[in-house]
Amino acid sequence: MADTVLYPERELKVVGTQPVRPDGVPKVTGLAQYGADFTLPGMLWGRILRSPHAHARIRAINTKKAEALPGVKAVITAADLPEQKFDYVGPERVAINFWHMTRNILAREKVLYEGHALAAVAATSKSIAEEALKLIEVDYEVLPHVIDVDEAMQPDAPLLFEDMITRGVQPPPTKPSNVSKRIEFKLGDVDKGFAAADEIVEASYKTKPVHQGYIEPHACLARFDTDGQAEVWSSSQGHFVVRTFTSRLVGMKVGDLRCHAAEIGGAFGGKTVVYVEPIAVVLSKKSGHPVKIMMSREEVFKASGPTSGASMTIKLGVMRDGRIVAAEGIFKYQAGAFPTSPVMNGCMCSFAPYDIANVRTIGYDVVCNRPKTVAYRAPGSPISAFAAESTMDLAARRIGMDPIEFRLKNIARPGSQTVWGAKLAHAGFAETLHALQKHPGYKAPLGKNQGRGVAAGYWFNGGGESSATVHVNEDGTVVVAEGSPDIGGSRASIALMAAETLGIPYENVRPIVADTNSVGYTQATGGSRVTYATGMTVINACNKVIDEMCVRAAKLWKVERADVIWEDGHARPAGKRAGEFEPLSFKAIAAKRTATGGPITASAAMNAEGQAPGFSAQFCDVEVDPDTGYVKILRYVAAQDVGRAIHPGYCEGQIHGGVVQGIGWALNEEYIYDRNGRMENPGFLDYRIPVASDVPMIEAIMVEVPNPNHPYGVKGVAEANIVPPTATIANAVHSATGLRLTDLPMSPPKVLAALDSARKR
Amino acid sequence: MAKHHVTATLNGSPVEFLCETQQTLLEVLRDELNLTGTKEGCATGDCGACSVTVGGRLVCSCLVLGAEVEGKRIETIEGMASGTELHPLQQKFLEHAALQCGICTPGMLIAARSLLERKPDPTEEEVRYWLAGNLCRCTGYNKIVDAVLAAAGEMRRA
Repeated sequence: MADTVLYPERELKVVGTQPVRPDGVPKVTGLAQYGADFTLPGMLWGRILRSPHAHARIRAINTKKAEALPGVKAVITAADLPEQKFDYVGPERVAINFWHMTRNILAREKVLYEGHALAAVAATSKSIAEEALKLIEVDYEVLPHVIDVDEAMQPDAPLLFEDMITRGVQPPPTKPSNVSKRIEFKLGDVDKGFAAADEIVEASYKTKPVHQGYIEPHACLARFDTDGQAEVWSSSQGHFVVRTFTSRLVGMKVGDLRCHAAEIGGAFGGKTVVYVEPIAVVLSKKSGHPVKIMMSREEVFKASGPTSGASMTIKLGVMRDGRIVAAEGIFKYQAGAFPTSPVMNGCMCSFAPYDIANVRTIGYDVVCNRPKTVAYRAPGSPISAFAAESTMDLAARRIGMDPIEFRLKNIARPGSQTVWGAKLAHAGFAETLHALQKHPGYKAPLGKNQGRGVAAGYWFNGGGESSATVHVNEDGTVVVAEGSPDIGGSRASIALMAAETLGIPYENVRPIVADTNSVGYTQATGGSRVTYATGMTVINACNKVIDEMCVRAAKLWKVERADVIWEDGHARPAGKRAGEFEPLSFKAIAAKRTATGGPITASAAMNAEGQAPGFSAQFCDVEVDPDTGYVKILRYVAAQDVGRAIHPGYCEGQIHGGVVQGIGWALNEEYIYDRNGRMENPGFLDYRIPVASDVPMIEAIMVEVPNPNHPYGVKGVAEANIVPPTATIANAVHSATGLRLTDLPMSPPKVLAALDSARKR
Repeated sequence: MAKHHVTATLNGSPVEFLCETQQTLLEVLRDELNLTGTKEGCATGDCGACSVTVGGRLVCSCLVLGAEVEGKRIETIEGMASGTELHPLQQKFLEHAALQCGICTPGMLIAARSLLERKPDPTEEEVRYWLAGNLCRCTGYNKIVDAVLAAAGEMRRA
């Protein structure tokens, strides 16, 4: 779709209501089937052998003893997967290199992090599979490792890839390093901007990798038949992605692999790649049995996710009237063991909320001996926003301006230039700041040791490829088959939009997430794209159905198609035949399908454009315990431009959830390593995500500035909300203590150390 | 080693199963009895996704061995609704949009029912502390707490 269509505002009947989700009952009765809940006759259990070392050369793997254990049906290593070409493919922001990917699935020359998979077994029971792993002998040559991003960039750092030459530098460096890539964005002339500034504020920041923390570990079931066809049931954000990656990694035709989307127990970006699926397929192929693999929680922490930790420096030039005249950001992101962190997003999003004439952002993508990073909710943006929005707060303090006023003074509006060249095409940012500013709590008095902080955040939101088919049943009910795994209630929003478009009750629409052989290609659920792009695809299919219903009505009335219009869920005679016949309901036409031409069904497929960016602005009140350093969240208010809330309950839920994940990121969550590069906290006891008693009720303000490119005004809602929290809280801690915390997480020991050192001064 | 033969009461009906010594109640429920409504989130007692009651007591089924439940009364999510009638907690979770992905929901419901059996009129704070052992990564807990309080209100009126 090259051109976007502008949709007029209209009165809505179904969109905006809050019915029970179509997939709700099985989820409260325990009958919904998630990745680990499928079984097949003759099924084996797969388990994966993982490296105990952060960095080691694999001299030899001997699987003979494991293979000889009774009950073991297959043992595989990287030798069972085809080699892949070294090539970065796909759009730069999310480029993929299958040479790297296959080495992450099963290590080849070296293991690059503790938990790196290097062999797998399938056996008749879990306990036999576990026993067999202990019988696999690996001869390692342990190598020096590097965990921290700044250390990994040192010239004498241990190299993960001895031949890695930094991309994006001219002329290319002659020496290899751990820097996979350098990127730079420029707008205007920052040096001139800084020279003209009344005040310059500069600070450096560090963040730790954090895990997406979905409660359901990765799990799948695979069956490979001797004719070369296979089926996979797995917990994934994109079963078409599972098909693309798995077929490529295993070396089979795309058409031979059928993938089913299991119910998914949380993902937040972490299930946009594959880990266990190719292994289960190859184990099944080798054993002749279906194979199920479930990761343990420890495996999830050590070998999946997380997002990057980073080291960053921000410099802002401001005028005394509050205008920002120059902004510069240097962002060094950990990619983990293989290239491609979301640093490019960080460079693009950091200053995107603002209209600044002179901007430069520089990003470094750095490998280190940690698990390969994966997308995590607005990938890259919360990290750079921590640095940028903390510095925004410092700048507002420097010139003595209210932080919301300061942001409003600089806020991007339609037509504002972004650092990557595009102009902002949508309104909603200023409206959101105004809504936050009007919250009565913003002016409420604070007590002792209490503080208030403000921050804002930007996310692109997504469009992309989706497919859907609408089937009309003989009783007037409808099945909507679409290809987007539902991770937060999207079947509800899809059914609401279908019901609205068709003019039938919500309960008469049954949406399903169809498997890869039952619906057209659909990109993964991510980038806040589903309600926008898949929603629009479903609406297009519904409009085709309406057209067909009018054709059928014309046949029944023996009139021209042009003399039938669709209004309020009914076909009505119009034009020269107006009033000649009683209107025919959706149900009445559906009942006549056989006599009027057979099944009524319509498909639509598109590559949706015209999405509007997400913007969230938040404030919070904290109290800092001077004796323990514990930061208690007293109040949290999050305003977000949602375009139009299709199902307000789930829309609000996205804001609550994103904010609480951000609170965890700000206050508790981090990967902790020992000196051997082994993770010390690979469990929910020590990697502490927020629990119910840690947080207050999050107050969500849904600002509705409709996106004119979508029939119902949808903007993505899932991600922008996680961008501001870390800086919001850091700014509140500053307000409470007078101290600027620049290292995440702001856990009690770190806050206490800062308080103590201030007390000594 | 020979498997253990265990007899117990599961959701009101007699049940017997064989299990290995190291098999947890969670594994027995899921892998031997095909009751997959009880979820594994961590297998270390930290997330609460596998919450069930044994003899009326709320436990993480990943921390109980299958062999330990001989003669005991076990209640899982599959036994929460009465036939086709949902428990008020189940109904309120649906009405309040208290689940997004739903993986923590069975454990949350079992834990919340245990709370309301002990305390029919809990405060928001009591709900938050009682459910502090049940992790949810999607909802930020707002709507879960709302749903539990709403269900408590309805059950008191019933």
